[in-house]
Formats: sequence, structure tokens, C-alpha cells
Amino acid sequence: MGAATSTFNPMEHLVGDPLEIPELAYGAMAGSKPYVAAPGHQQALGFPGELVENWQEKAISRLGELVDKSRALRVYMDSCVKCGACTDKCHYFLGTADPKNMPVARQDLLRKVYRRYFTWSGKYLPWLVGAEDLTKEVLDDWYSYFHQCSECRRCSVYCPYGIDTAEVTMAGRDIMDTIGLGAKYSNEIIGKVFTVGNNLGLPVKALKATLAGLEDDIEEETGVPVRLPLDEEGADILVVTPSADFFASPHMEGLIGYAKVLHESGVSWTLSSHASEAANFGIFIGSEENMRKVSMRIREAAESLRVKRLVFGECGHAWRVAYSFLNTLAGPFDFLDQNYPIPQHICEFTNDLIERGKLRFDKSKNDAFRLTFHDSCNVARASRMGDDVGGQFTIPRAVLRAACNHFYDMAADTIHENTLCCGGGGGLLTDELMDLRVKGAQPRMRALQRVVEDHGVTHMAAICAICKTQFSKIMPKYGFDMESIVSVHQMVSNAIILTGSLQAEEFDGRQTSALLKV
Amino acid sequence: MLTTAFALSFYAAALILLSGIAYRIRLYATTPAPLKIPTTPAPRTRSGVVARMFREVVFFQSLFNANKWIWLFGWIFHVALALVVLRHLRYFLQPVPAFVAVVQPFGVLAGFAMVGGLLALWARRLFVPRIRYISGPSDHLMLALLVAIGVSGLAMTFGAHTDIVSVKAFFLGLIFFNWQPLPNDPLLLVHLGLVAALMIIFPFSKLLHAPGVFFSPTRNQADDSRERRYVGAPRPRSNVV
Ligand code: SF4
Ligand code: SF4
Ligand code: SF4
Repeated sequence: MGAATSTFNPMEHLVGDPLEIPELAYGAMAGSKPYVAAPGHQQALGFPGELVENWQEKAISRLGELVDKSRALRVYMDSCVKCGACTDKCHYFLGTADPKNMPVARQDLLRKVYRRYFTWSGKYLPWLVGAEDLTKEVLDDWYSYFHQCSECRRCSVYCPYGIDTAEVTMAGRDIMDTIGLGAKYSNEIIGKVFTVGNNLGLPVKALKATLAGLEDDIEEETGVPVRLPLDEEGADILVVTPSADFFASPHMEGLIGYAKVLHESGVSWTLSSHASEAANFGIFIGSEENMRKVSMRIREAAESLRVKRLVFGECGHAWRVAYSFLNTLAGPFDFLDQNYPIPQHICEFTNDLIERGKLRFDKSKNDAFRLTFHDSCNVARASRMGDDVGGQFTIPRAVLRAACNHFYDMAADTIHENTLCCGGGGGLLTDELMDLRVKGAQPRMRALQRVVEDHGVTHMAAICAICKTQFSKIMPKYGFDMESIVSVHQMVSNAIILTGSLQAEEFDGRQTSALLKV
Repeated sequence: MLTTAFALSFYAAALILLSGIAYRIRLYATTPAPLKIPTTPAPRTRSGVVARMFREVVFFQSLFNANKWIWLFGWIFHVALALVVLRHLRYFLQPVPAFVAVVQPFGVLAGFAMVGGLLALWARRLFVPRIRYISGPSDHLMLALLVAIGVSGLAMTFGAHTDIVSVKAFFLGLIFFNWQPLPNDPLLLVHLGLVAALMIIFPFSKLLHAPGVFFSPTRNQADDSRERRYVGAPRPRSNVV
């Protein structure tokens, strides 16, 4: 895939302005596309197995339906003035130089069809307003370029009308699913959630074994029996976290961090095998129905375990769906304790304990880490933490600063609401899109390279399972160590001093001897 | 003959403009917004949303953060346009309100600023490859139309003056259905003809961004999904517990 562009050498693109605008390379990424979903994967989600015969007619009518039920889409189809303000805002455009990856051009792929069939000017003066028939070529473009958008919403921040290309991408993917042309990666994963309960397809038995193994590891390290309970009825808190946390590095280290914090706080908590996945890929494919079905599993788990609170682990899109949509799709949650935010993010939970002086850290344990923080797009631009505007930026940083001595932010125009995507979000984290993922990460890698040079940064922390997976895969291509991406709660885990632990003895001993020396 | 033709086209243009925009606004207002999708930095309250919308509409805040050149030219054009429109009120209102008189001297300057801003935006569209790529015939035509309206207007102010008293009589006549003759002045006729065309095109074109911005969910929603359960669209029964 993407043969025309295989000469891209990431190392040549490591140094430079992260937001440098490339010269246009027409059609550079036309060949980049994900594998098509197999009939079984389609049908499990309620879509036709393969491209239906009257696909054109069906696609147009689905477009009409979507516009009728989404004010955003309707307003966005009409309102773009082609000002160009968004043209240089997409990391995929910056990394690939393909003009169809400019947000407005991506929208236009759908807009020209909308105009042709749903507006007066497009029906009678198509050449004038850029209206086009829905042909096989257009459909091919949809399939390529709606799968080169991570739905990160960076463009939406800068558009004078807030036009959100992510909404357009979702609509494009929804239409393609409806005519039987789905992408394998996301649809297969959603199917796994329906049958097994999580994206990775980890069965309950494996999950149990993993958690038991982690308990042993923690006890060996700290001398404290920290529990990672599964399906424990009557616990106070249900923790829902991406399944990557049960499985791979650096995600697992993050999970250990949550467990230690929860243990230290003294609350009872549990994980659920029914909702053993926080991520909700329904959002990626723009399917409200599938998003609701995945969300309902979390509600069902909370009800059957009779918990009082909901806490989400580190995951970008998961947090967006949880924070913004859960109440709408699966609420109201009036059976939960209303004194706590519903749902709560693990960073909020930890930060709250830090602010109340309930946690102790030995920051020197993280001295080998000179850290920076990658704001995950869907946390940064589509959700919040805490009570203050911008809490999603300050809270994870406050947690990191509490656990580490060395923290340095990347350039202001590449963090907070200006943050750059890791390049693998939105359902693109699949091997056949590796070329796109590497190129899409270029702006972030350049921003990172700068703090490496200026402050000797060695590691980047993130709070999104997709970001972490993507970075550990593509950072080596840019010359960084694959372990230079870490979890925020991994840093917490390294430095936290559990009451009665070996670390506490050692730490207090050190304090005392320091005092005696004075 | 001339008067009748222009009178009728202005009635038609006004009708199309108003009913077209009303239809569009109705569509926007009645289309459900199923989910909360505000874009950061999102205010937490309705009053915060009003403040945000004000900053967007009056100062083009997001555009400012996006690209200083586009912001500068775009903002100059819009502000100048607003002044020019205000200045023109004196042709439709009798007696002329005091604020129109205040605007008057700026209004003339604004005519130049408007054309200048438009030409600068057009230059970007022609010479910056990214923006050329996304521009279609209608984008260029729209700019041409606005420039032509501005230039013909300026030409009447500074070149061949037209009989302004009769023009005013003509428009007051239109408003009160008591038609008065329109001066047969080619510049004036071109100017008015183009304005009527603009009014007719408005509801069918990207000029809908003007009402659209107020309905953009990413901008007009408050970030309060945890505090208040948002029910944006009718949902299946199973979901309401
Ligand atoms: S949502 Fe993100 S990935 Fe998609 S077009 Fe906008 S900036 Fe690019
Ligand atoms: S910034 Fe908004 S209005 Fe301007 S071209 Fe992009 S999508 Fe269109
Ligand atoms: S994977 Fe991470 S960086 Fe990429 S879009 Fe999702 S949250 Fe953003």
C-alpha cells in the first residue's frame, strides 16, 4: 500500500518546525487504505456483508438521513467558506503533503456529493459549486481519505465556524459501512467487544490470570498485598480501562499505578469482565447505535456489580465517549453516588488524593526520566477533567509533577488544544496503514525532538492506549527508543510510597538519617 | 419600464433572501444535535457560550489563532462591509437616524477597505497553492461579485455622481409601494443589479456561514455533559430507564 511514497525516510524529517507547511504532493496518499472488513465482521455490527449492488442509491439516501439527524453535519455542509484557515492544521497533511488530507478537502469529498443530490445549486449548476456525482472514483477517494483522518479535531479548533472534520469523517465511514464497505480493523474490534467484552478478545480466564500475576508482582516489589479485583459485587468503584492495560507495556505499568493509588486511598474497587474495555470504537465508525451498545455494557456492569462510582483508566477516545456521551447514550446514572463526577478519570482521582495530601511520593525514583507530556487529542479537545476549564491539561501534568522531578512541556503551539495527534487514532492503528501512521506522527516527533535537544528530555508520557501503542511502534523509526513512551500512572507507580511497604521503610530511613546528619 | 424591472427584481430578491434564510434557519434549528460535541476551549455555562460566540462573530477569534493574514483581510472586509451597509441605511430611512450620520464619514473610507480586503483575500486564493487547490469557480465568482459591487459603489461616490435624491425616493417608494422613477445611470444600474444578484445567491451559497455559525454545535454547546444529562434527540425507549 502507498507504493508511491515508500521512499519516505522518517529520519530526514525529524528535525524542523513541527508545523512547517509542505509543498503539495498531489495524490501522494491515494493508495493508502485499510483492509476491507470481511462479511462476518460487517454483519456482527448490523451492516451488509459486502458492497451492495445498489450502493450508489443507498449511499445517497444514507447521506440524506445523516444530514437530517445531525445538525452539525447539516451546518458544516453549508457553511464552509473555503477560507483555508484549516488547510495546514492536520498532522496528516503536514506529514504526507497530500492536499486531500487538508481538512477542508477531506470535507469536500462528502460535500460535493451532498451538493449534487441535496442542494438546488448542485443539481442545476454542478460545475459552478463543485458538485459531483457519486461515482466509483469518489467512493474510492472516500475509502482512502476518510481512513486518513484520526478524528482528532485539531482542525475544528481553528475553523471560524468550528467545522469539525471528525464529524464529516464519521459520516463518511457510516455511509460506507451502510453500503457494506467497512474497514476491517475497527469493525472486527467492535465485534470482539460484543462477543468477548474487550478489544483484544481477552477471555475472562486470561484476564483473571493476568490480574493475579500483577498482584504477585506488586507484592514482591512492595511487600504490600495490593489487589486487582475482578467482578467483585458491592465494591465502591468500577474501574473501566482499555484492555491494552491488561496486556502490554507501557499500558500494564499504568494499570499497576492505578491499583496502587486505589489501594492507598482505601476505597474498595473492582474491574469487570463484562466491561473489560473502556475504548469505544463505535465513535470511530461514526455509528451511534454501535457506540450505544458498547456504552450500555458499562452501565450493565455498574448495575450488576452494584457499584457507586465509575472511574475510567488512561484512554483518549474512551474518555471522550465517557465524558461527553455516556450520560446521553447510557444514562441517566442516578443509581450512582452523585457526590462524585460521573464518570471520573483516573487522573482526577489521583490528583484529588495528591491535593488532599493523601499520597506520598519518592520523586527520586523517577530521576532517570526527564519527561514531557503528549496531550491526547480526544482528552485535550473533546473533554475535560476537574472543575476548571482546561483541567484536562493541568491535571495530568500536576500528577506527573507530583511524581517526577523533571518535567518540560513541548512548544505551546503543539500542546493543549493545539496538540498534535500521535498519528494512529481514529481506527487507524493497523499495520497496513503503517506508512500513514509514520508520516502522521512527524509533527509530534519534531516537537518532541526539540525538547530532547533543549532540555534533555528522555521520555514522553501519555494517557491514551492508542497513543502509547502507536508511539512505541513508530518512535523507533524516528530514532527514539521504543520505551521512551510511558504511562502517566507508570510514573505514579514508580514513585508512590505505599503505607507499610519496603519503599516506605527505605524512604523514612533515608529521611531520618538525613535529619541525623544535620 | 426600467423602474418596473428594478422594482420587481428587488421585490423578488428580497423575498428570496428572506424566505431562503428563514427556511435554512428553520432547518438548522429543527435538525437534532444528538450528542454533545463542543470543541475546546469550551465554556462551562450558557453565558460562557454567549461570550464565546460574541468573540467569534465580532473578532473572529478562531481565525485569528489559525492564520493572521486570512484573519486580517477577512476581518477588514467584514467590518468594512458592516460600516458600508450601515451607511447605506440613509437611502432607506427617513428621517436618517443619528448613528447613520455618525457612521457616514467612516462609511466612505470603509468602501475602500472593503475592496482592499477582498482583493487581498482573492490574491491569497490565486497565489497560495493550498488555497487555490480548495477554491472552486463559485468562490472566485463570489469575490468578483463583491468586488464589482464595491467598485461600482465607489465609482459613484468619487467618479460619476448619481442622483442620490431620486435613488432614495425610489427605495422609499419600494418600501411604501408607491413607486418612484429610478435614474437611468449605468453605474447605478450595474451596482443595484449586482446587489440584487447577491441577495438572490445568498441562501443558495456558502454565504450561509452567516446564520450557520450560530448553529454550529462545536461552538454553541456548553461543556456540561457530566453536570446535566444531555438528551439531544429522541432515543429508543430501552435507553430511558
Ligand atoms: S480531525 Fe484531525 S485528522 Fe481529521 S482532518 Fe481534522 S486535523 Fe486531520
Ligand atoms: S477553516 Fe473552516 S471555513 Fe475555512 S476552509 Fe476550513 S473548514 Fe472551511
Ligand atoms: S490516539 Fe491519542 S493522539 Fe491520536 S487521536 Fe486518539 S487520543 Fe489523539
